[in-house]
Amino acid sequence: MAMTLITTNTITSGTANAAFTSSIDSTYKLYIFKLIDVHPATDGYPLRFYGSSDGNSSFVNQCSVTWYAYTPESGTPSLSYHANGDQHAGSPTDLAYTIGNDADQSLAGELWLFDPSNTTYVTHWYSRTTANGNSDESFDLFSGGYFQTASAINAVKFDMGSGNIDAAVIKMYGVG
Amino acid sequence: MISTLISTCTADGDGYCQFTSGITSTYDHYMFVCTNINPVTDNTHFQFQVNVDGESGFNETTTSNFFSDYHLESNADAGLGYHADYDQAQGAEYQSLSREIGNGGDESTSGILHLFTPSNTTFVTHFYSRFMAHVQDDAAKGSFVSGYWNVTGAIDEVSFSMSAGAMDGVVQLYGIS
Repeated sequence: MAMTLITTNTITSGTANAAFTSSIDSTYKLYIFKLIDVHPATDGYPLRFYGSSDGNSSFVNQCSVTWYAYTPESGTPSLSYHANGDQHAGSPTDLAYTIGNDADQSLAGELWLFDPSNTTYVTHWYSRTTANGNSDESFDLFSGGYFQTASAINAVKFDMGSGNIDAAVIKMYGVG
Repeated sequence: MISTLISTCTADGDGYCQFTSGITSTYDHYMFVCTNINPVTDNTHFQFQVNVDGESGFNETTTSNFFSDYHLESNADAGLGYHADYDQAQGAEYQSLSREIGNGGDESTSGILHLFTPSNTTFVTHFYSRFMAHVQDDAAKGSFVSGYWNVTGAIDEVSFSMSAGAMDGVVQLYGIS
C-alpha cells in the first residue's frame, strides 16, 4: 500500500486556517490533500493555498494559474480564466472562487504536491475543487503552479479570502 | 484508493524511461507519477507512447486532446487554450504530456498519467493526464491531455521521452485497486 494517511485536520468551529507544519519531507515524492466539506464563515470568498519553506512563518511566492467551469442553478454556464485568483510572483493562490456560507454550502476537492523536499527544482502543485457558489451555482475550479524557490517546501496552509473556516476535514496523504 | 508501487524508472541523462513489464490484467487502472522531469534540451516536450503485446515499436494509433493553462512570471500574459499542435487524430507519434519545458537548473515538469484497463482486448484503451511545468519562458504551464489508442490489442509497454534530447527525472508506475 503506497498511499498513506499522514494527518487529518478536522475543523468544527471558526478557525482562521488549516496549517500542515510537520511530516512534509523527503519520505514521499507525492503528497495529496483531500479537502472535504470546507464550509466558510463568510459568504462569497475563495479558499486559498500557501506554501512555506520555514515551517509556516513566511510564505513562498508562486507562479500559478486558476480557471473554472461554472453552471448556475438558473442561468448560463461558462468557462473562465480567474485572473484575480492566480499569482505571477506572490502568495496565496485561490483554490475556489466565491464559496457560499449557507448551511448546506461547501467545497470539496483534491490538491497534489510533487516532491516538496527537492532542493534542485521548483516544487509543482495542482488542484481541482468543486464548490457551491454563493449565488447558487456549481464551480469546477482548476488551479496549479509552482513555488518560486528551490528550497524545500515543509509546510502548507489553507485559509479563506476573508473570515474563518467554520467546518472542514482536510486529510494529507503520502504516496510512494 | 489503494495504490501499489510496481516499478520506478530514474532517468539520469537518458533518452527514454521504458516500462516493459508490470502492465498486465492485474489492475484495471495504472498510474504513472512523473516527478521533476528536466530536459537536457531547452523548450522540449515530455511525451509518451505505448506498444501492444506481440508487436514491436512504440507507435500505436492515437486520437487525443491537448489543452493548457499558463501564466508568465512577468504577468505579461495568462490564460487557457486548446493546442491543436499537440493533439493527434489517428496519429502514431509519441503523445505530448507537457510542453515547452525549460532546461534551467530549477526548471522541470511533474504530473500524473492514468491508463485504464490496458489489458482489455475488446475496447480501445483510454488515458488522461495532468502536468504542471516551469517552462522555458519562465511561466507556469499546465497541460491537460486525454485520448485513446485505437487498437484492441493488450497494451503492455509504455515509453516516455523528450521530444528532443535526453532527460533527468523519476517515473513511478502504480497499480490502482
